[in-house]
Amino acid sequence: MSTDRIEKRVVLRAPRARVWRAISDAKEFGTWFRITLDGPFAAGRTVRGRVAIPGHEHLKVEMQIERIEPERYFSYRWHPYPKDPAQDYSGEPMTLVEFTLEEAEGGAGTALTIVESGFDRIPLARRAEAFRMNTEGWGGQIKNLAAYVS
Amino acid sequence: MLFAALGDATRLSLLRRLSVEGPLSITRLSEGTGVTRQAITKHLATLGSVGLVRHARRGREQVWELERKRLEKARAYLDHIAAQWDAAAARLKAFVEEG
Repeated sequence: MSTDRIEKRVVLRAPRARVWRAISDAKEFGTWFRITLDGPFAAGRTVRGRVAIPGHEHLKVEMQIERIEPERYFSYRWHPYPKDPAQDYSGEPMTLVEFTLEEAEGGAGTALTIVESGFDRIPLARRAEAFRMNTEGWGGQIKNLAAYVS
Repeated sequence: MLFAALGDATRLSLLRRLSVEGPLSITRLSEGTGVTRQAITKHLATLGSVGLVRHARRGREQVWELERKRLEKARAYLDHIAAQWDAAAARLKAFVEEG
């Protein structure tokens, strides 16, 4: 059991180029991720934005773009969700988020792997706070949305 | 760091045993493990320093027991973030498959 990373694998019935655009284009990324970002993704760049969920627009996002390999790999660092807008996170360790694209078996589309790692270094107080925020509704909101779009 | 404390096979197996068998002494915990009592003591101290286990007296015996609340919190945090990624991946799927 790893306590440091989360890994998700999903097969998308869409060509790799389409999936790549949805992940690497900051506008498209924001559409499905539900954040409004202030500029394009480029390696080494810090992109800032806000959560685009009604009632949660006060939550800020900051993505430090690490590596972009067209149609194959995209990664960035950030402070993991959920976040308290009243807190300053700048001195805390970030997690690394990686998107890896492959052809799905049998030409069924695109296999996408999402990995978020580095949780072992996140302070305990922050994890406890995330738990509290979760029970107070942020997580519930996300679940409602998932149910709505699916 | 709590998650670092969890990231070790011996410590995880100690937690598992305390979870299944309830409070145990260091002697019991080191039986059949091939790990020395000193090493077990050190691992328990690491787990204790982040509040995952605590020691207590049972009669004349010193035992270690699980702090269940703390462990549930650690697990809940990762479960919560994993659930958010599930939701985000579902939205991405709908986004690329419809467009």
